Amino acid sequence: MNYADLFHITLPETALEVAALLALLADLVFLRKAALGVRTASATALAVLGCGASLWAVQVQGNGSLTANGNVDSLLLITGGYTAVAQIAVLVLTAVTLLLLIDADFTRHVGEFVAVVLMSATGGLLIAGAQDLLVIFTGLELLSLGLYILTAFAKRSGRSAEAALKYYLFGGMSAAFLLFGFSLLYGITGSTNLHQIALMSIGMSAAGAAPLLYVALVMVAAGLGFKVAAVPFQLWAPDTYEGAPAPAAAFIASVSKVASFALLISVSTAIVNVFGNAHHVGFVVAGPAPLPRYLGSQAPWSLILAIMAASSMLVGNLAALAQISVRRLLAYSAIAHAGYMLLALAYFSHSSRSASALLYYIVTYGVTTIGAFGVIGVVERATGSDRMDAFLGLRKQNPMLAAVLLVLFLSLAGIPPLVGFWAKFNLFAAVLSVSAGVVPFTLVALAVAMSAVSLYYYLQVLKRAYVMPATDDSPIRVHPVTMLVLLLIGAAVVVMGCFPGLLQDWIASYYPAT
Amino acid sequence: MLAWTIYLSFAGALAEALLPKGRAGVARGLALIIAIVGLGIAIAGFAAGAGQGRMIIVDLPWVPSMGIRFILAADGISRVLVLLTGLAAVAGVLFSWNIELRTNEFFAFFLALIGGVYGVFLSFDLFLLFAFYEIAIVPKYFLIAIWGSTRREYAAMKLALYSFVGSAMVLIGLLAAYATSGSHSTGLIDLAHAGLSVPFQLWAFPLTFVGFAILAGMWPFHTWAPTGHVAAPTAASMLLAGVVMKLGAYGCLRVAMSLFPHGMDPWGFSFIGIGSWREVFAVLAVIGIIYGALVALVQTDFKFVIGYSSVSHMGFVLLGLMTLNQIGVAGAVLQMFSHGVLAGLLFAVVGRIVYERTHTRQLAELELMHLSRRMPFAAWGFVIAGMASMGLPGFSGFVAELEVLVGSWKADPWWTTAAGVGIVIGVAYTWRALQKAFFSDAPHTHHSHGDEHGHAFAAITWPEVAGFGLLAASSLAIGLYPRILLDTIEPAVKTLLAGGGR
Repeated sequence: MNYADLFHITLPETALEVAALLALLADLVFLRKAALGVRTASATALAVLGCGASLWAVQVQGNGSLTANGNVDSLLLITGGYTAVAQIAVLVLTAVTLLLLIDADFTRHVGEFVAVVLMSATGGLLIAGAQDLLVIFTGLELLSLGLYILTAFAKRSGRSAEAALKYYLFGGMSAAFLLFGFSLLYGITGSTNLHQIALMSIGMSAAGAAPLLYVALVMVAAGLGFKVAAVPFQLWAPDTYEGAPAPAAAFIASVSKVASFALLISVSTAIVNVFGNAHHVGFVVAGPAPLPRYLGSQAPWSLILAIMAASSMLVGNLAALAQISVRRLLAYSAIAHAGYMLLALAYFSHSSRSASALLYYIVTYGVTTIGAFGVIGVVERATGSDRMDAFLGLRKQNPMLAAVLLVLFLSLAGIPPLVGFWAKFNLFAAVLSVSAGVVPFTLVALAVAMSAVSLYYYLQVLKRAYVMPATDDSPIRVHPVTMLVLLLIGAAVVVMGCFPGLLQDWIASYYPAT
Repeated sequence: MLAWTIYLSFAGALAEALLPKGRAGVARGLALIIAIVGLGIAIAGFAAGAGQGRMIIVDLPWVPSMGIRFILAADGISRVLVLLTGLAAVAGVLFSWNIELRTNEFFAFFLALIGGVYGVFLSFDLFLLFAFYEIAIVPKYFLIAIWGSTRREYAAMKLALYSFVGSAMVLIGLLAAYATSGSHSTGLIDLAHAGLSVPFQLWAFPLTFVGFAILAGMWPFHTWAPTGHVAAPTAASMLLAGVVMKLGAYGCLRVAMSLFPHGMDPWGFSFIGIGSWREVFAVLAVIGIIYGALVALVQTDFKFVIGYSSVSHMGFVLLGLMTLNQIGVAGAVLQMFSHGVLAGLLFAVVGRIVYERTHTRQLAELELMHLSRRMPFAAWGFVIAGMASMGLPGFSGFVAELEVLVGSWKADPWWTTAAGVGIVIGVAYTWRALQKAFFSDAPHTHHSHGDEHGHAFAAITWPEVAGFGLLAASSLAIGLYPRILLDTIEPAVKTLLAGGGR
């Protein structure tokens, strides 16, 4: 590793950091006396430019990798492939989140807010490409610390502080678990590289060290499960979604999710494609051509993820039925969606099938959730509440906003021709294409059944907006930029749903032709 | 050409949604024009397809990586059901002429529903079909929840959840078929040739069949139907009973039966005399026929009578499908058409012509109003519709039910016997409703006496006459000369029964 390589490979991250510092500088030095609106606009503009620059860097660097000592065994970071897709998604979603900040009034410190968002996103970029435990941990902490700050950003709100404290305590604990798991993995295998660990664990399980491997993987799953709000590590999600300022909640629900799932893709890829790197270490596979499906850490990892997936689907969907706060409802629905995605990680394919289906899901889900939080933010500002009853008569108060809400929620429920349907179908088809055994099939059936349940609670909100009589007919005004962004998100959900091939082809273009 | 029915309906829905508020007249006119043009296209497509087999209308790659194609095609069965949808759409618009609340939104949802229905009947790709099938769920919910009556929110949610659970079952079956066949196509024709194993078909068939049959009102999954029909505004009940229930039956035939034909094979053992899924569903269909009729016999709400009669009539469709012989299945398709028209007619009389004037649907209250004298059009309209519905020769219901019964006699005479009992009860509940609602000789109460002379009911309007005439004439035409439809239906049924979707 030399610094030129490091600089080259982390160009997107660097661009984002520079933008964060510039936004902070501009706000604190040049715009101290300016009106809040001007400061917000300039900080947002700078940040969006930074995202654009970073996007450009991701595009130009192509496939690359960074190693510690020139040997592929010490792979630290990769670029291109699914990493590039996830990084682009992180950047675009960050930019969209920031655009929704335009007329936010929860803080006067917009410069800091924007800078923390960008630094957090940098952590997201880093973990999307990380292949080494140490890099993963650094990136995760960078991402998480930013999120704790963002959650607490509405200083006048007690709920915001409470949510941040809960999030922080849970986060700290899960980071400890993760670190413990990592140290066990290092202890068992003697390496911090994901691929090496996967490879070594085959020998371990043969030598009877499997129980330790299980413990280590459960610890890792606890740490990563916390990030994606999978049951039983989901307790922070409803409170955080409810208490955090709307843009921060949108950021946690989308960008952080995308990055964390990209990390999970890295882990699963390393575990499943364990023989993809076998020639590097001269590991010779004896026996006939078809490899046994469950090797090394694959069986425990698959089992852990499948359990988390099933319980997330059940808990998320069933708990969402009882919610009266729309934000909490979205939190439980996020848990449910994480469950569907974990299913695809539990049954992960050797080819790019599962990874691309997952990316498709998480990207479209991220876009939809940001839109949903955008709408909630607007309604909340007008009515002062995120209760379902705050949505009463939204159709009259602002028909366009109601239409966007309709599209986004139906997409989350998985109604065609909206994008949520194709994402689910693609994901479940990927699971079944890996293994059509009884267990995965039952889990897919559970997922489909649970998404039928989910229609009920999404319709509860839409019913308030469209069916029930309004209590208040005064129109809700929306800042034109916010409305434009929301309309674009709504249009994207429809267009991507009507032409699912567009996004799929785009994701496929990052994979080498097979 | 038929594809334009879909595009036009969705374009119409979008246009209605964007229409400024308070222009009810424009919204109605636009909806009527779109429905009539749709019907025109359906008739032209029906005429152009006479004597021809399956015709591919559009075939474009849609999601190439998953082998999903945008295939619209039409065979005899599709053409007949598209024609039915066209008729129901026009009649539905005519009978919702009095909608004043959020008129443009009403027609937007209405046309979106119609577009989805056209789409299902014309899709020859499994996932395209499924997508259209689910598109039809959401407008139904809003049509009932916003413009409905009795317990509308409950009924709308029940309907939406039943439909969605049904479609979830279908989706599981389809995902399994797609994954198991290993084929890189989701075209119905390709999948039918994929050679799915018999054990697989034996569990995929009931799953998919029940998923679709929920929407066809199969007993014991029918409970959404009466509540939904009663709560829905007239046009929506007409569509629900007229075409949406047909979506379910069509899915049973086009997807479940043609993709998993071996699912109906004998299990190899028999349990209380039932030895295959085919017999299970035939028995459920017969129970539905009798149960629906018996329950209709004791209803106090006029609209519930019609709601349960739909369950009974749809039982004939499912029974016809399960005969697996030419005449029975053709009868089932004809019964879909016939019930679509007749249910529309009955709901129009009960929900629109009578209810909008008397503001009650309780038979006990209607009994005191002497409607045969005060509203002769409604009374004789119901006589015609009721006669047609109970299977009077000369109307479409007679031919259709006769074919189903003949087909089921070939399959198992006991089914026919039991279904015949259902027809007798059908006569009874129709007469009972007719007599109570219109021709009662109950003594004048003081209230009704004063009422009778106090004010006359509003005159029958032209949209009502036109809608009624359209539906009654189509039923009569098919009843007098069923070959119009049967010549188109029979070859399609023959190829379908001969081997999957070939």
